[in-house]
Amino acid sequence: MNIRMLVNGAPAEIDVPGSRRLLDVLREDLGLTGTKEGCGEGECGACSVILDGQLVDACLVPISQVDGATVRTVEGLARRRAGEADRELDELQAAFLAAGGAQCGICTPGMLMAARAYIDGGGGPDEEAIREAIAGNLCRCTGYTKIVEAIAMAAGRPAV
Amino acid sequence: MTIRTAPRTAAPGGVADALLVHPGEVVPGRLKARGPLRREGPEKLTGEAKYADDLVFPGAWFGATIRSTEPHARLMGVDLDDGFDWSKVVVVTAADIPGENIVSLISDDQPVLVPVGGEIQHQAEPLVLVAAPDRSTLRAAKRAIRVRTERLEPVFDPLASDHVFAHYEISSGDLDAGFAEADLVLEGTYRVGHQEQLYIENNAMIAVPREDGGVAVHGSLQCPYYIHKALKRALSLDDVRAQVIQAETGGGFGGKEEYPSILALHAALLALKCRKPVRMIYDRHEDIAATTKRHPAIVTHRTGVKRDGTLVAQDIELVMDGGAYCTLTPVVLSRGALHAGGPYRCANVRIRARATRTNTPPNGAFRGFGAPQTEFAAETQLNRLAEALDIDPLDIRRRNVYRVGDTTPTGQVLRESVAGEEVLERAAEAAEFERMREKTARSRPPAGSGDTGNGRPLASAAARKAQGIGLALAWHGAGFTGSGEVKLASVASVELTGAGEIRILTASTEMGQGTKTIFPQLVADALGVPYEAVTIAPQDTAVVPDSGPTVASRTAMVVGGLCIKAAERLRTQVENSTGGAFADTYRDYARSHGATRIDQRFEPYPGVQFDDSTYRGDAYPAYGWAACVAEVDVDLDTGEVAVTNVVAADDIGRVIHPILAEGQVEGGTLQAVGYATIEEMKLVDGRYLNDRLATYIIPTALDAPRITSILVEAPFSGAPHGAKGVGELPMDVGAPAVVAAIHDATGAWIHDLPATPERILAALGATTTPPAPASVSPGASAGQVEKKVEEPIRRGTDPRPQGRTDPQPLRGPQD
Amino acid sequence: MPVEPPIEVPRTLVEAFDVLASAPHRPIAGGTDVMVQISGEIGPPPDRMIDLWRLQELRGIRLADGVLAIGALETYTDIRRSALCRELVPALVEAAATIGAAQIQNRGTLGGNIANASPAGDTLPVLLALDATIVVGSQRGERSIPAADFWIAYRRTALEPDELVLRVLVPPPVGREIRFRKIGTRRAQAISKVVMALAWRPGADADGDGDGGAWRDVRLGLGSVAERPIRAAKTEAVLEGARPTTETADRAAETLAGEIQPIDDVRSTADYRRVVAARVLHRLIRDAGGW
Repeated sequence: MNIRMLVNGAPAEIDVPGSRRLLDVLREDLGLTGTKEGCGEGECGACSVILDGQLVDACLVPISQVDGATVRTVEGLARRRAGEADRELDELQAAFLAAGGAQCGICTPGMLMAARAYIDGGGGPDEEAIREAIAGNLCRCTGYTKIVEAIAMAAGRPAV
Repeated sequence: MTIRTAPRTAAPGGVADALLVHPGEVVPGRLKARGPLRREGPEKLTGEAKYADDLVFPGAWFGATIRSTEPHARLMGVDLDDGFDWSKVVVVTAADIPGENIVSLISDDQPVLVPVGGEIQHQAEPLVLVAAPDRSTLRAAKRAIRVRTERLEPVFDPLASDHVFAHYEISSGDLDAGFAEADLVLEGTYRVGHQEQLYIENNAMIAVPREDGGVAVHGSLQCPYYIHKALKRALSLDDVRAQVIQAETGGGFGGKEEYPSILALHAALLALKCRKPVRMIYDRHEDIAATTKRHPAIVTHRTGVKRDGTLVAQDIELVMDGGAYCTLTPVVLSRGALHAGGPYRCANVRIRARATRTNTPPNGAFRGFGAPQTEFAAETQLNRLAEALDIDPLDIRRRNVYRVGDTTPTGQVLRESVAGEEVLERAAEAAEFERMREKTARSRPPAGSGDTGNGRPLASAAARKAQGIGLALAWHGAGFTGSGEVKLASVASVELTGAGEIRILTASTEMGQGTKTIFPQLVADALGVPYEAVTIAPQDTAVVPDSGPTVASRTAMVVGGLCIKAAERLRTQVENSTGGAFADTYRDYARSHGATRIDQRFEPYPGVQFDDSTYRGDAYPAYGWAACVAEVDVDLDTGEVAVTNVVAADDIGRVIHPILAEGQVEGGTLQAVGYATIEEMKLVDGRYLNDRLATYIIPTALDAPRITSILVEAPFSGAPHGAKGVGELPMDVGAPAVVAAIHDATGAWIHDLPATPERILAALGATTTPPAPASVSPGASAGQVEKKVEEPIRRGTDPRPQGRTDPQPLRGPQD
Repeated sequence: MPVEPPIEVPRTLVEAFDVLASAPHRPIAGGTDVMVQISGEIGPPPDRMIDLWRLQELRGIRLADGVLAIGALETYTDIRRSALCRELVPALVEAAATIGAAQIQNRGTLGGNIANASPAGDTLPVLLALDATIVVGSQRGERSIPAADFWIAYRRTALEPDELVLRVLVPPPVGREIRFRKIGTRRAQAISKVVMALAWRPGADADGDGDGGAWRDVRLGLGSVAERPIRAAKTEAVLEGARPTTETADRAAETLAGEIQPIDDVRSTADYRRVVAARVLHRLIRDAGGW
């Protein structure tokens, strides 16, 4: 099946079976390995990406449903300045780095996308709202404390 | 929120006021309040970090494992379907193993693959390997392989098993005299089940054939040199031709301590046979079904106590379920036994421990390493004693907690860095334990006010949710048990390259805990150069020396100490030669002298001695200390528990990097909360039922309590920087605190973890059949208070003659 | 990487009916159930699939003649955000909010929950309690199936192989009270151990004591306590015509405990489910009675 989509602002066109998972298209066909697989059944959220503005688990989306859609992945967060090799972390990534929100890092890309969707949807620094927004993203390292702090930081004000 | 504090008792001869350091505050003469940013953080945050499954090896094949579907059987044969074109794939059986068919670890009991004619010892045991150039061919090949077996009788009950992996007895004083002196004797039996590490990155390994006939494996792992040794032995390779390279590792928690050895061997066998790189990336189902778990345990306490709460006798029996193979069981059991009494002075102690074999997947390392099991039992027993004596749980701990100069059951005199009292007071103070406890007591429905009749809610409408608060205290031996470090003789190196680059060479892996950040921090401080000037070499056995495994909370304390010593030697060498400060002169020195590498080998801590044959002496060079106060809301209709707040105070010696250290405390605390409340593994016919993330439940952000971490600093003089390690400590103390809080809310003691709603309603008498303890057979019912009853505990469960001390010596890798 | 069965992607409902008339295809909408199955780990993956995601005919939440019609492709997020649903069927909104977390709610659909027929499907007891009607269709036309007749056995529905769930009709809920409660394995991403919806029409409060008088049209829908979502007819009969008193609650709870036959499984025990279902019902009645 021929699929055209916009991935992190860049057009992509591929010809793959329509039932291939968006996760596999990103990782294997497009080489975007920042999106991780943790369970393959929508429980851990490590493969979270933003599809047409909505947070989804890329392991649960057949690529047939992505034709004509826009996809944002972790690779699209940092800004790359024209002519410069270095990337500039966005405010969410910078907050994770400063607060200690990433440990082993395997949940981090999905966690960042969940946080991005939350903030883009108008979410603020309220702790309970942040916890609900990332409840579909399992982290085994942090106890979530510093992740919540980082998101609150990026969402405007420090956490309570 | 974070509070850092130095112990009151730290000042020699006097009592100093606690020093509170608020975040961001810099205290003269002490380490900076904030460390540098995580070294590999930007790569992890942008998706550029390469975990094993992210690595691309052109032309790589895909490997898979054919596993047993029986818990105990004889493998009679492997049949390949004639209808399949076997020339397209490679199949590996035990007959293809060039060296010994052994996964090298403590014991030599585990085969890489079960040979035809051999015994299958557990469900999901590897029997045959297959690799194919693409996934659909691989799937077809898997379907075309049949194994023939003859079922044998399995053993699932660790108490009924006569195959003992290890047993120890630790004793001190006169137990009979202690019980004779007691005003109250309390018995209790506590059971804990399997716990899955549940790193979010599954086990993964890619093997690449080397041109010299050897193999390089890239993977998710904690201990490069464990795998290196395993490869050499089973594949008959030398040091060079076996190469192990760590990819970015998405969590370990012990789960990638020993298991990656067998996976690396599988990938390597396939790669050597097909002469292609082979990817072995487990999915979650396979990872849970096949890899190691925390050991289930049954711990029985019989405790004698004076009316004022003073402990006078502890008789403890510990039985661990090792699973089908030995793995690290003897050292897990050893740590469990050494911590079994809790952090309390008691003159008369007997601790008998044994671990037996069952036909279940092997159990292995998991954060805490035996101590969370036994300290849950010890702390719950102590809380029950406090209740029986009508003493505050805080006071009974104040009365008994170890202080400087006390002696442990192995005869170790605690000479320094003893902060049990400090963490206890700090946690209780920050959580307002006593005030909150009075409040929960007032709000508790009076006994008998609820109706436990069929279907009726227990409590009145006003009290449908009960609040509770609980306290626990723990200790955790820092680094390897006994003489482990001495035997291991780890090496860490600091190199000044010819190009003037400062490079740290260790085999200590980064798996989220911060190795790659704190090592450059320590070395930069020792050399007087900026953090950014120090780089770290990749964890590749072709590049770095054997600094031992990344386990036992030893990285910061032991290997970090070696790095500092190596850096200090390098600094002295350069400064002696140049006459100038290292920072100003090292580049010139490198230019004129070429590369300089300092290898620093572990030297025994002065005055620390342990006798493995008698189990006497200094079991650990120092101990970390942790206190935890947990608050819960319990729904009395449904038994649902919400852990709302946790205060964790942890003494980890000198804090190197507060944010990373807090991250360890917070993460370990939540794993302990999960262990206490929802993480449960059920087995049927020796197979894990909860073998998916939909059924093995860990806490989400909404289940996680608010965690306040308090870092207490009681430095250890044996380490140049005073650090004692932080990884495991918080795991030991969370579960008993939560269970105590559930008791405070409901009046019911939960003796078996996890304290699920099902167990809570059963304990409250609302349901008639208490759920069976996970994976251990139902035995005697939970403990009861008795006065001066002198019957031996559970006679006949110990295979050895009563009272004889015959510990089994440790060998091989420790912890 | 899972298997990749062939997938048809119709653009219209007519095309979809044609595909289904030609051969059985496993329908996929938000994928939250079906995509888990293509790994082949839980059971055999489907041979052929049909992607419904683009069928605009199956979207929309509308009120016509007092009947609320919810398209099969409406997601849990759509339902949570819908002003109509929030006003008319708050219990359904509540149920939708307990399913998975954001990722699942953004993709999982009401039609999928219905067709997947899990005994633990969280919206299903609500549909039972609401006397909802499930409209299904095929090339052969449309038909309406009452929710109470839809789930016929373990993971089996009244759907023919060529039929799709099109929409759900909820009769005028005016004057009807409904309560929802889920006991799950944890606080998010939770699968229910017991899930319950209780609906009734309060009678005139004749004696003015605030309990709303005798209950009529009582419906009690339950999940995770049987091989399929069920209505508890005996318990409904106890409540029908009764006032929400202590005695009523006791009798109803006792009846429910005797009426359901839950099982031990990986998530809970039969005993727990029976006792907790009864206790939760007792509490719902108590709350309604205000005692």
